[in-house]
Amino acid sequence: MGLMDRFKAQRELHAAVKTCGADPFGVKMDQILSATEALIEGRPTILCGSNNYLGFTFDADCIEAAKQTLDECGTGTTGSRIANGSYHDHKALEQDLADFYGKQHCMVFTTGYQANLGAISTLAGPNDFLIIDADSHASIYDACKLGSATVIRFKHNDPADLDRRLGRLANEPGNKIVVVEGIYSMLGDHAPLKEFVAVSKKHNAYILVDEAHSMGVMGATGQGVVEHDGVLDQVDFITGTFSKSMGAIGGFLVSNMEDFDLLRVACRPYMFTASLPPATVASVRKSLAKLRANPGLMAKLWANVDTLYDGVEAAGFSVGKQKGPVVAVHINDPALAARAWHALLQNGVYVNLALPPATPSGTALLRCSVSAAHSTEQLQHVVAILARIGRELGILGTPAHAVAAE
Amino acid sequence: MTAQAAQQNTTLAFDHVVAEIAVALQPFKKGEVAITATTDIAQDLNMDSLAVMDLLMELEDKFDVSIPLNMVPEIATVGQLAQTVIESKRGA
Ligand SMILES: Cc1ncc(COP(=O)(O)O)c(C=O)c1O
Repeated sequence: MGLMDRFKAQRELHAAVKTCGADPFGVKMDQILSATEALIEGRPTILCGSNNYLGFTFDADCIEAAKQTLDECGTGTTGSRIANGSYHDHKALEQDLADFYGKQHCMVFTTGYQANLGAISTLAGPNDFLIIDADSHASIYDACKLGSATVIRFKHNDPADLDRRLGRLANEPGNKIVVVEGIYSMLGDHAPLKEFVAVSKKHNAYILVDEAHSMGVMGATGQGVVEHDGVLDQVDFITGTFSKSMGAIGGFLVSNMEDFDLLRVACRPYMFTASLPPATVASVRKSLAKLRANPGLMAKLWANVDTLYDGVEAAGFSVGKQKGPVVAVHINDPALAARAWHALLQNGVYVNLALPPATPSGTALLRCSVSAAHSTEQLQHVVAILARIGRELGILGTPAHAVAAE
Repeated sequence: MTAQAAQQNTTLAFDHVVAEIAVALQPFKKGEVAITATTDIAQDLNMDSLAVMDLLMELEDKFDVSIPLNMVPEIATVGQLAQTVIESKRGA
């Protein structure tokens, strides 16, 4: 058997998807015009599938901060902080984040993926238990594989199910760590954190929340679902990313855990990879400062969410149950979803195509995401194009699809 | 109560567990081929890893046991899965 023969299923799936007329997993952006527009195949295209929730990728102050630091500190650190030391801004960003969350400690990682990989695989030891949401992000599943703890999965966003599964572990002496996300990246729903925290406390379990898609999005000051649900002080660990609302790249872990800094010499995804380039750190510090100075930015985001979510729902599409900046349009037939995705692209609208089995819903999704930088007109245009294509392809308003959907 | 009945109260019979798993696997059954202890879950039933994880969750509830995801790489056949359930029950 050849090395690549194991990927037969992926090969077939990818080939099938490409019959829609383009490759959804190989889109080439010829030129980035702004936080919400790019040139694709020569067409100005509205970006409605990024995670650029606050539009910070093209913020003038963030760019200026990065440029200045680029001149002062160079392009990269060329090593990990353990081997090559920390730059001033690495430390300063950790302090900023600790302040932002009102926690004592923070560690910054090179990506959000690595933050989860490092935090989860290191905190839970061989005699411990990780109890994870069934719809967890790949970084959480991979962290479980990298670590040595026993892993139990509970039903998505279901505190009673978590309670039952923790109950079965009652006589196990190991530590238990519950892992959930704030907003879930595919369907855009968010965790009932109040209930999850209560169940975790009842069973003496720690709880870790990944706020990747909810930082800068939910809560009065943008801390995420921990703030929205009023449980910040009861959550043991928070991870997150700078690749979404912060508009750059990187990840973090904050906590009040005693002896936190031991993690720096125990956590392999922190120790054995190069630290963030200083210019990136500078732009993230600026993004965070701007969010803290003006949480009103989130009001613009949520007004835009209303335009897209309400518009798509009113057009007759089936959308994710909870309203938020991830708007998931369900289309039962994957081939039809791929055709709709391609038609959108040809009409200057870029969204994400997500296909089963990678989708939690079991259906294909046109995953749209909203930015505070979108204009109302852009989003109204997206709704209009979506509705037109939905009708043309028979996704909306024709009995034919209703039958096909059975 | 006979000694044997008492024994069956605390341990699950292999055949019983296989039969229960076969019921849970009905949606994945290919044609009329019966699901037995030697059925290979990935190859014969074409189940992907997500479907296998969902099956474990269902069996955890059915038998009131914990079946860690760590076990997945060691489970190829329905019989091996049944054995895992039985051992989890004993450990519980
Ligand atoms: C829930 C969740 N956690 C973590 C990550 C990883 O973030 P990053 O892009 O910084 O690696 C993502 C994004 O892909 C995510 O959706």
